[in-house]
Amino acid sequence: MARYAMAIDTVRCVGCMDCVAACKTENGVPEGYDRDWITYESTGQFPTLHMEIRSERCNHCDDPPCVGCCPCGASHIHERGGVVLVHHDKCSGCKACIAACPYDARFIHPDGYADKCTFCIHRVEAGKDPACVAVCPTHCMHFGDLEDPHSEVSRILASRNSHALVPAAGTKPQIFYLR
Amino acid sequence: MNEIVSTRTNPMIDPAIHIWGWEIPVYLFLGGLVAGMMMISGYFLFRGRQKEMATSCLTLPLLSVVLLSLGMFALFLDLAHRWYFWRMYMTFQPASPMSWGSWILLLVYPALLANALIRPPAWLTARIPALVTLSERIGTRSATVKFIGIANMLLGAMLGVYTGVLLSAFGARPLWNSSILGLLFLTSGLSSAAAFVHLVARDEFEQKLLAKADNAFLTAEIVIIGMFLIGLLSSTAVHIEAAQLLLSGPFAPVFWVFVIGLGIVIPLIVQSLAVNHKVAHTPVAPILVVLGGLILRFVIVQAGQVSHWTRLFPSH
Repeated sequence: MARYAMAIDTVRCVGCMDCVAACKTENGVPEGYDRDWITYESTGQFPTLHMEIRSERCNHCDDPPCVGCCPCGASHIHERGGVVLVHHDKCSGCKACIAACPYDARFIHPDGYADKCTFCIHRVEAGKDPACVAVCPTHCMHFGDLEDPHSEVSRILASRNSHALVPAAGTKPQIFYLR
Repeated sequence: MNEIVSTRTNPMIDPAIHIWGWEIPVYLFLGGLVAGMMMISGYFLFRGRQKEMATSCLTLPLLSVVLLSLGMFALFLDLAHRWYFWRMYMTFQPASPMSWGSWILLLVYPALLANALIRPPAWLTARIPALVTLSERIGTRSATVKFIGIANMLLGAMLGVYTGVLLSAFGARPLWNSSILGLLFLTSGLSSAAAFVHLVARDEFEQKLLAKADNAFLTAEIVIIGMFLIGLLSSTAVHIEAAQLLLSGPFAPVFWVFVIGLGIVIPLIVQSLAVNHKVAHTPVAPILVVLGGLILRFVIVQAGQVSHWTRLFPSH
């Protein structure tokens, strides 16, 4: 069994949005919608401010509330790597999964179904990295299998401090931000 | 300071989710009202009092079919992928309250129709004479009537509780994330249904009895709202912030004036005076109760969408 995850280096990320553009191109994300996006978070008091820039998307949680709440069985966990996906032709557009996601990572596609990041599973199954990872000019994004201790993502998470987003929401997010 | 700027501008998602407009609150209100109606008429059937409680047992079942259908139509309008609604009936997802709800709704209809068949109205039997024999067969057997009464009470309770559990199961929305929401919506549905009978019943005894019952439901509703708020206020920072949306935040004026004041406290005072013969029974109090129940669903659905986990704590 694989457990796909991402480690994103917030020290290297400059917020250039290449990941956003790559995702839109690769996945045909409609204009005005985002499967991934950039968040700038500033903390502290002037003059000792600290800014973290993050490339964010669906956290492909290990305990995804968006899957359990789906009345149609459209929202599901892919057989490979724990990737959370939506069967478009099973989705009734009830929006329960959107309400269930503490990260607001989902949206309703103009065609009516719930849509979100797929970890570019079509690329991953072909042995490639997700489009956002492949295109990053600062090489700040790392994708791989957490179950494999020798994978790039496992090694970097073992050697660096990292945090996930809102772990208190209890969904076990699988995107880690390196400090 | 903790300031977050995001490049995400997804429709219906940013800056706060607004995925559910008028359709869901209207559906939750009608679902709760029908649940209350089923429990009231089911109770009188179970006690064998369907003859003296004409409005509860004659008007409510058929009206419930119409109201529930209107509610389900609102639900249908809310779907973004409307013509795929039948997908809900191709599967049963035990972890999904919506899946439970869609199957409960399917069971509610036969229970309501069986209830209506016990005493079908004259305008209906004039058009479909076969109903008379069917109704005689059901209505003269007290065990069958009792069974229909129990089925209506049970399914009514399930329907009413489900309308709240539907929201309370969303851990991502702290305002909704209280298990008492199911009980609150059921009690609110019972009070709206009792108020409705109080409003339309011609028989004075039935009208007074339901006004008294409504006072009990309204009192219970106040207590449950209190427990709902205490539960949130004694929980985590995100839940406290969610409760503040109602208590002192942007939803406070509507919550205090229309839900608590005009929707519960004032009609409770007026109806208490009326049942004690201090003032005459007027339609004012029950109309306020029904409107209060509708506004409660709007406030909870809208404020719940504003409540959130993110953007409260620094992530680093």
